[in-house]
Amino acid sequence: MCRLAAITSNEYFSPLENILTLETMKEGHDGSGLGLTLKDLGGDFEDLKGYPILSGICSKEGAKTLDDFMEKAGFKLLEVWAPKIKHIKGITPRDHYFARVYDYPRSYHNKSTTAKEDFLMNIRLTLRKIGEPDESIFIFSFYPDVITLKEVGDPLQLAEFFGLDKAHLKAKIIFAQGRQNTNYSIYLYACHPFVPIREFLMSRGFHGYIGYNSDREVFTHILHYTVRQLRLPLTYYKDVITPIKDSEIVIRKDGEALRLLKQSLRPLCIDGPNVVIGFTPDGTCFMVHDAKKLRPGVVGGIKGKYALMSEECGLDSAIPKRNKSKDIFPMKYDMVIVTPQAEEVKIWNQLKN
Amino acid sequence: MEPAKKLDHNYQLSLKELPYIIRWRDDRCTRCGQCTAVCPVKAIEPTVKVKRTVTSEGPVPTPTAVRKIVHVIEQVTTDINRCCTGCGACSLVCPNDAIEPEYNPQNKFLLYKNRGGEGYRRGGRRNDPSLSTLDRLKFTRISMLTDPALDAGRHEFRVRTLLGRILSPEELPLKRVNGKLVVDSESGKFIPPVREIFPIMIGSMSMGALSPPMWEGLAMGVAYLNEVDGLPVVMCTGEGGVPPRLLKSRYLKYIILQIASGYFGWDEIIHAIPHMVEDPAAIEIKYGQGAKPGDGGLLMAQKVLKLIASIRGVPQFVDLASPPTHQTKYSIEEAVAKMILSMSMAWGFRVPVYPKISGTKTARAVLNNLARNPYAAALSIDGEDGGTGAAYNVSIDKMGHPIASNIRECYLDLVKQGKQNELPLIAAGGVAKKGNLAANAAALIMLGASAVSVGKYFMQATANCFGNEYNRCNLCNTGKCPRGITTQDPKLYRRLDSDKVAERVVEVFRSAHVELKKIFAPMGRSTELPIGMSDGLSIDDKAMADRLEISYAC
Repeated sequence: MCRLAAITSNEYFSPLENILTLETMKEGHDGSGLGLTLKDLGGDFEDLKGYPILSGICSKEGAKTLDDFMEKAGFKLLEVWAPKIKHIKGITPRDHYFARVYDYPRSYHNKSTTAKEDFLMNIRLTLRKIGEPDESIFIFSFYPDVITLKEVGDPLQLAEFFGLDKAHLKAKIIFAQGRQNTNYSIYLYACHPFVPIREFLMSRGFHGYIGYNSDREVFTHILHYTVRQLRLPLTYYKDVITPIKDSEIVIRKDGEALRLLKQSLRPLCIDGPNVVIGFTPDGTCFMVHDAKKLRPGVVGGIKGKYALMSEECGLDSAIPKRNKSKDIFPMKYDMVIVTPQAEEVKIWNQLKN
Repeated sequence: MEPAKKLDHNYQLSLKELPYIIRWRDDRCTRCGQCTAVCPVKAIEPTVKVKRTVTSEGPVPTPTAVRKIVHVIEQVTTDINRCCTGCGACSLVCPNDAIEPEYNPQNKFLLYKNRGGEGYRRGGRRNDPSLSTLDRLKFTRISMLTDPALDAGRHEFRVRTLLGRILSPEELPLKRVNGKLVVDSESGKFIPPVREIFPIMIGSMSMGALSPPMWEGLAMGVAYLNEVDGLPVVMCTGEGGVPPRLLKSRYLKYIILQIASGYFGWDEIIHAIPHMVEDPAAIEIKYGQGAKPGDGGLLMAQKVLKLIASIRGVPQFVDLASPPTHQTKYSIEEAVAKMILSMSMAWGFRVPVYPKISGTKTARAVLNNLARNPYAAALSIDGEDGGTGAAYNVSIDKMGHPIASNIRECYLDLVKQGKQNELPLIAAGGVAKKGNLAANAAALIMLGASAVSVGKYFMQATANCFGNEYNRCNLCNTGKCPRGITTQDPKLYRRLDSDKVAERVVEVFRSAHVELKKIFAPMGRSTELPIGMSDGLSIDDKAMADRLEISYAC
């Protein structure tokens, strides 16, 4: 089981805050890996919000391939950020960790957001195809105002390794995952019945739906499909992954539509244990549970800063000065939503809407 | 010296040719005559024999031969049509355990069973006692320490499936109003009817093939499961009409009406439509049957008694043969599209209508036609191990396609088109052949079926049908069913208590429900069926694993 630490704020803060909360929740992860996603970036990136950022790892050869490819694709490199690596025992550094800010090719300057998003995705998929066979390039994200960092090892040591304590890397939304490794070389191991979900998503005709080697890909792609592709309001994500019974659907005002949705998206139901913490491009953060609440999760904070954590101790570490009695432990039917800029937190309930 | 004539036994078969040899014990038999009375084929008869015993009394051997007339039970060897079918009704009625049939694996029965130039006809299912593919499939993906398994006893489970055409999410007629979704009634989009049912359904067995108490018992059990247990089990009528009272009752909603090429009973059904208070669960159009692909239905004259004749709208005592094909339809467009539309229209498009075909290499062609037909509610595929009330032995034994790979290739074909959730597949044919109802059903679901349809097992489990894969009994076609299951003879069917059948139907479904949960819980499934969850399955044969695109485990 992994531990998740998400913080959303109306002010820029350092990812170190998330990593320190992961440290308090250390009993729940084995220090086998760290994933960091930063959105709404500050510091050097504050003035570059409209430009896509390519995050990833590459070898020396990979760097050349990457440069050539991006140039040919018409992208103009605006800024390069790379962590200052400090050698730590047990962590083998790779050649290049990078976050590169590009300007779109000229032909894309006036295109719609959707067209730009599709274009960025295609670039990312092509790079994946190029870099995957010889492991020369790994791309984690390619999207405006988003940086992703990943490495194998203990989160606290990795923070030192990446020099996060000294870097001016800041953001308003930062998600961190402390990994509990159960899938070194085996995929599709877990309780989530992936195959029907994978087959369903992959047959939607959207070629970004590939991979499915981890829980996260499954949950994000379902979110992407329901919210971006089907244009459903965010709360329906909860109804898709943990659908309610027909006898419960009857009491919903949107019951008729919900029943059709439940039938049509039947393969996307998630029965296994999970807690999902996510954000959407507008900066809304949310937490949902499986219907049996087999995974812990808590949301709390103050106006302007909320944390969505696996455990209460993580929340205490992130936002100690808060009214603890108002902490939210989402239940079976709940979806906790923190609005952009950490303005307010709302509980949306499947039965009361 | 005995006369030569008596040594010539060429008009007889030897016992060794027969599939079952009667073991009769002189010392236990009380000569009550119950066995000979009950034998459905008159394979045994009481007879008298001369018994010569040689006795010697006194100190010096003085052999004396005494000839006595004795009464014995003898197995008939002169008429292949009277050979013992091994049903065991004689053992059942014998007060002293003096008689039982014993299977003879060396039998040459099929060499002789075509007297008069008539091929062997029988009921039952394919005579192949080996382990079927379904019984070789194992559930190997068990969640434990990496992720907690679900608890079949404690967690909420919903073992349900959908019967009916499901719209793709992209084409749902929904619109946003104040952040909520509502159905856009102005879109004009047809929303097909969909039923939520229990994934195991009782397959099509006609009133006529089954005796009144058997059919009534099944129907009562189904009604009880729905009304009292809240388990939405549905059953299919088979082709043979429906009792008029049921057509006009509210229980019709648990019944799938079948229409086949003989259209038996459909005049009565159509005329009852204005009087129906509920819609039927669905309409099944039968194009083929797994037990006898390419062969039509057959109800032999001896079973067409007054009740059946009136329900089917035919004269009594005539052979009722449904043609192998729907005679008025010449192409898949006509046969499928027009019939689906006609049936849908009869109930105002409120009832799912789906075709049933026999397992075949060409199933995918039918499937792809249906995938493009927005009114097709499902496709039912009946594999070679399906049962029948009457068919030629050659059709039952040698024709057809196993269900496992057939359903799998159809499902994967739908996956390629992204329609795996839109057109439910119903798998049938050999489910629970060895009694593993829940396991076989779960395996088929994980190969891609949305539901399974089961027939023969219910006769065995709920009414003690004698039939098995050693050609035991299999007399369904003759109207002489010794259990009273497949007969229209009141003397025979009074042996069957419809209440007891209904009770057993309820018991069978309750236990299958629990067993399904026991399978799904450790695999992490609780609220939606693991349709197509092939990563949970393994098989101990590499070639089978490759064919089914699942893993090999040994």
